[in-house]
Amino acid sequence: MQKLWATIIKDIKILLRDGVGLLLMFVMPIILVIVVTNIQNSTFQAVNKNRLPLLVCNRDTGESSKQLIEAIDKLGLLKVSLLSKNATRAQIGDAMKDKDAQLAILIPASFSANTKAKAKNASNKALKSFGLQGDSVKNVVIKAESLTLYFNPVIQESLRFSVQGALQSALQLVESRQTLRTLYFAINEKQLSASLENEMLSNQTRLNAVPVLKDGSRAVPNASQHNVPAWTIFAMFFVIMSLSGSVVREKVNGSFIRLKTLPTNYMVGLLSKQITYLVVTLVQAAVIFSIGIWLFPIIGIPALNLPSDLTALFFVTLVTGWCAVTYSIAVGVFAQTQEQANGFGAVSIVILSAVGGLMVPSFAMQGAIKTTSALSPLHWSLEAYYDLFLRGGNLSDVVANIIPLLVITLILQLVIFLGLKRKNLI
Amino acid sequence: MAVSVPLAVDVEDMSFRYPGNDVVAFSHFNLQIPKGGRFGLFGPNGAGKTTLMSLMTGLLTPAEGSIKILGQDAQSKSVRKLFGFVPQDFSFYHELSPVENLHFFGAWAGLSKIKIRQRADELLEILGLTDVRDKPVNKFSGGMKRRVNLAIGVIHEPGLLFLDEPTVGVDVQTRHAIINYLMNINEAGTTLVYTSHQLSEAEGLCQQVALMETGKICAQGDLDILFKEHNSASLEELFLDLTGKDYRD
Repeated sequence: MQKLWATIIKDIKILLRDGVGLLLMFVMPIILVIVVTNIQNSTFQAVNKNRLPLLVCNRDTGESSKQLIEAIDKLGLLKVSLLSKNATRAQIGDAMKDKDAQLAILIPASFSANTKAKAKNASNKALKSFGLQGDSVKNVVIKAESLTLYFNPVIQESLRFSVQGALQSALQLVESRQTLRTLYFAINEKQLSASLENEMLSNQTRLNAVPVLKDGSRAVPNASQHNVPAWTIFAMFFVIMSLSGSVVREKVNGSFIRLKTLPTNYMVGLLSKQITYLVVTLVQAAVIFSIGIWLFPIIGIPALNLPSDLTALFFVTLVTGWCAVTYSIAVGVFAQTQEQANGFGAVSIVILSAVGGLMVPSFAMQGAIKTTSALSPLHWSLEAYYDLFLRGGNLSDVVANIIPLLVITLILQLVIFLGLKRKNLI
Repeated sequence: MAVSVPLAVDVEDMSFRYPGNDVVAFSHFNLQIPKGGRFGLFGPNGAGKTTLMSLMTGLLTPAEGSIKILGQDAQSKSVRKLFGFVPQDFSFYHELSPVENLHFFGAWAGLSKIKIRQRADELLEILGLTDVRDKPVNKFSGGMKRRVNLAIGVIHEPGLLFLDEPTVGVDVQTRHAIINYLMNINEAGTTLVYTSHQLSEAEGLCQQVALMETGKICAQGDLDILFKEHNSASLEELFLDLTGKDYRD
């Protein structure tokens, strides 16, 4: 016990004197979590509260295009700005750059006429199906000119599809209104009243979005609940920058050689490193969670809400920390130089994060990548944290994610043992 | 009736080859080092001194034969309490102070806290490191680091001390202090097994020597007798006489 304690003291002292290592382990992840959460929160607000700017070039002078613009504005998703009706495609592109708009729509000059003609056709068909005489004008095949949606290629595909869906529903509304008016006039030979028209078109069943939480609550997750757990895991795994380097330094500067000639097994040294750095990862998590709880509201980011089952939170953090420390030691054991350890360590953590769903959600992954995500320990940690932070789960809910994480950790421990044995270091 | 001399090191019929290397480093090698003396291992680069030191300290395992250190198998864990090792490289933690290094390595050597404190104070005083005892070693000169390296090797008062070039790169004062200290602990009973390329220094320190060449001993015995046998005036002359003047690396 005295040997282990002396080794822990040694490791703590070396750690505290490694300013760059501390910076990488604490300051960088804190900056990362604040910046990423802030950006995601801003994006969320831009989409959900601030409205995305949409430039509209309306070459049509009829009523339908005005109704369409009004319907788009009422969606609440887009903030409409009108461009000159004679704007060319190049000028629309320039305007998008100047006005920092990601989206623009071009309404063709024939839009209202086409909408009316389509409504007339539909109305005639409807009257005929009722057994009534339609307009004497023959049905014609209308070659409707498309509306064009211009978008900045940097805009996320999912966001573009959302906007396209919203525009289609606005378009549908305008066309439905026109068809309804035409049909009503054909039957009643008088105009449809505005109140009846609104009632017929607006009387839609509402869609309520309700988060499904395991504890039965209905708390809506925010950017902090998504980002803080994810980047805490990333920070914990980033101990690799200090720990793997420490293992390599010990090997390179000959300390290993001297330790091997002393009557103590080097496993004591590894146990000490695991305990010391496990405490570091727990402190990292505590610091980042504290920032989420207390600092975020001060700087305008939604506060982090801790899960109700704190025992489960501690357990998940403990196992994640142990896995991070084990992975770091494994890299240190096999790396020949500190540069190798740092380079491989940093890149591998970024890859494991991406594969594990920290950057793109795992559910959005397809095929082999989705299968590979199961090999990333960060994936299991993230799923366990999401169970607690987003789904309102408890200890029994996270066990299914903790078991694979423990299996990965134990395999890595075995790899460390075999690596040290093969290198004749234990 | 032959009187058996107690041995500090007894290498018997030992063979060794580095894994993946076709060249046999040692083949049926024998070496006996008596207890209580000051023994020097010399040879040109590549002669096998450091490999032999690694085998004797249990860092490497022989393929055949046996190596006994103070009567115990060199590979056993218990033997590690009996000897000390001062490697050529600075084998300690540069971020820590001398006293912190001594406390850590003392604990790993199995000493009690009280004993560590007592030995650390004593060694820092003897080796002139008291004034810098709490300063990180990475700020030290090469000579000071050599003294820290030595202090760690003897913290547990070993009966046998292996020294791999303990004075390389130090000034005259430090060399003098280190050699003096080694003479003193030898007088107190510690056997010294020493390698160096500083042959004039070795001549003053060693009572017995073994000259090695490609994993074999080409001469061994008391320094005075070897000088007479080979009609040499110095260890350097004897060395060149037995190992030649060609470059070895």
